[in-house]
Amino acid sequence: MLEVINVVFHGAAFGMVLYVITVGLSITMGLMRFANLAHGMFAMVGGYALIVSMGRYGVPYPAALGLAFVASCLMGYVLERLLYSRFYGDSELAQVLISIGLIFVAIALVRMVFGPQSQRVDLPSYLQGQWHIFGLDWIAYRVFIIVVGALLILALWFGIERTRWGAKVRAAVDNRAMAQSIGIDTSRIFSLTFMLGSGLAGLGGALGVELLAVQPGYPFEFLVIFLMVVALGGIGSLRGTFFAALLIGLADTACKYWIPELGSFLLYGLVIVFLGLRPGGLFGAQT
Amino acid sequence: MDGQRLKFYLPRAPFEITELIPWVLGIAVFFLLPEYLALAARILIFIILVLSLDLIVGYAGVVSLGHGVFFGVGAYAAGIASVSLDIHDPLMQLLIAAACAGLLGLLSGAVVLRGRGLTLIMLTLAVASLVHEAANRATQLTGGADGLTGVVIDPLLGLFSFDMFGKTAYVYSLVVLFIVWLLLRTLCRSSFGASLIGIHQNTMRMQAIGTPVLRQLLFTYTLAAAIAGIAGALLTQTSSFVGLNTLGFELSGEILVMLILGGVGRLYGAFVGPVVFLVAQDYLAKQFPENWYLGIGVLLIVVILYARGGILGLLDLLVKKGVKA
Repeated sequence: MLEVINVVFHGAAFGMVLYVITVGLSITMGLMRFANLAHGMFAMVGGYALIVSMGRYGVPYPAALGLAFVASCLMGYVLERLLYSRFYGDSELAQVLISIGLIFVAIALVRMVFGPQSQRVDLPSYLQGQWHIFGLDWIAYRVFIIVVGALLILALWFGIERTRWGAKVRAAVDNRAMAQSIGIDTSRIFSLTFMLGSGLAGLGGALGVELLAVQPGYPFEFLVIFLMVVALGGIGSLRGTFFAALLIGLADTACKYWIPELGSFLLYGLVIVFLGLRPGGLFGAQT
Repeated sequence: MDGQRLKFYLPRAPFEITELIPWVLGIAVFFLLPEYLALAARILIFIILVLSLDLIVGYAGVVSLGHGVFFGVGAYAAGIASVSLDIHDPLMQLLIAAACAGLLGLLSGAVVLRGRGLTLIMLTLAVASLVHEAANRATQLTGGADGLTGVVIDPLLGLFSFDMFGKTAYVYSLVVLFIVWLLLRTLCRSSFGASLIGIHQNTMRMQAIGTPVLRQLLFTYTLAAAIAGIAGALLTQTSSFVGLNTLGFELSGEILVMLILGGVGRLYGAFVGPVVFLVAQDYLAKQFPENWYLGIGVLLIVVILYARGGILGLLDLLVKKGVKA
């Protein structure tokens, strides 16, 4: 029983990190139909921003998280204006190749500046150790991740479902031409949403520094698992992405815990077969 | 690009004199640059691989990030056939490699091709990661991360042994390339090729007029996989070694770069891209390993932004200007 609780707890924390990183990718995919394989790059930048600001400049942890968010927001904004926006509506091949080009550049630059080894940082003392709740010990860092993730989910839900901006985003996802013709500035929506999505990825990367090792190969190494979450969740769906992230986080943790000799094999295999049967994902339209 | 393609698709388009260029160069290299034959054979092998990639990416319009996996499976199939099954005949090994890679293409294609867009891309990646992981773990069979050594290759047709200067390997690869090219050229200019282009341009319409889209894509995917497997087996035979990197993601990325560099969807781009890429890699990657991937990334972005047609596309432009002037 204790084992099950442990796996669920760890899996949930991992799922939260996956959700925060991938939700932006899912929304931008749904909005702009852009196959941005370089999304993991923003998460990597967030991770490095946290580690460098804390390790070298002694920035406190919460501020470093904020910095990670802002840094990847900025990078997302600049890249969207300069590069990505030129390829909306372009062929899939062009979009994929542009993102691969960006990944190559990002990896090379990061390796030049920070070296090939993975970077580590000591978490603040209040997140080390364990908290004693309900008669059990919980690793403080993972509780923190789950709480922050849950708050972000609430904030996103509110933003998308209850604000004017959210209504515009939903309109543009459902029918871009119609949204444009009733006067919604879709180009601005794209730009803002892309920025926010990149920022969230950066925040996710920073939150998950202990779970997804920050090293130059990051954007390639975790590409499959990020894309798996988005594809499984159904492109453009907040709810689907959440369940898919949680599911994959839990399944991955459970596989590694109980059947380590199979590793991520089983999970990959299951996802491949599932998507073969239902290409639209968990909740997506079945076309 | 489409105009060029349509012209290419005329059913009985005659051989053009320019189509002889690769073969003249290929034969000239054998006599004029004997000290570079090892590199040249490697280039020929990659041309075969990139040709097969062009078939599914350029013609069928399936963006695959995991095509390298079929190359790797072919390489391992040939290696394992020699080490574990004592099959040392090179042509037999080619057949085995093609069959193994083709089978994987058929099985994975049946799942992968049902997806669209990002899902399809992710599935090609996931299949490749799965196979990579499998090869990494099955150390008994594949040697794991150390690679597979001790591959023995009998003389070709019982006559030509693989020499240390790579003469046999080069001619052998050139002949295999010629056969593959002939096959693909014929296929692409048939009505089947025209229908592939149709699927690429408008899948829904092709479905509506009664084309068995999934079946045609699956056939193409399987064929491309088998050809990639043959290329992999050639690499094993010319180097007597199989490394885990033949299954890696980097390879799949690099062959896409080669294809876009040469020119997508025109068959001959696959001849130009690998030559430029591998020669540049041979010189630059050793001198500036730090900057190599930076350069590749920047090059990729610049090509997509300003020269979609790749090197052959630029040549087309030059020729057009020359005609006008």
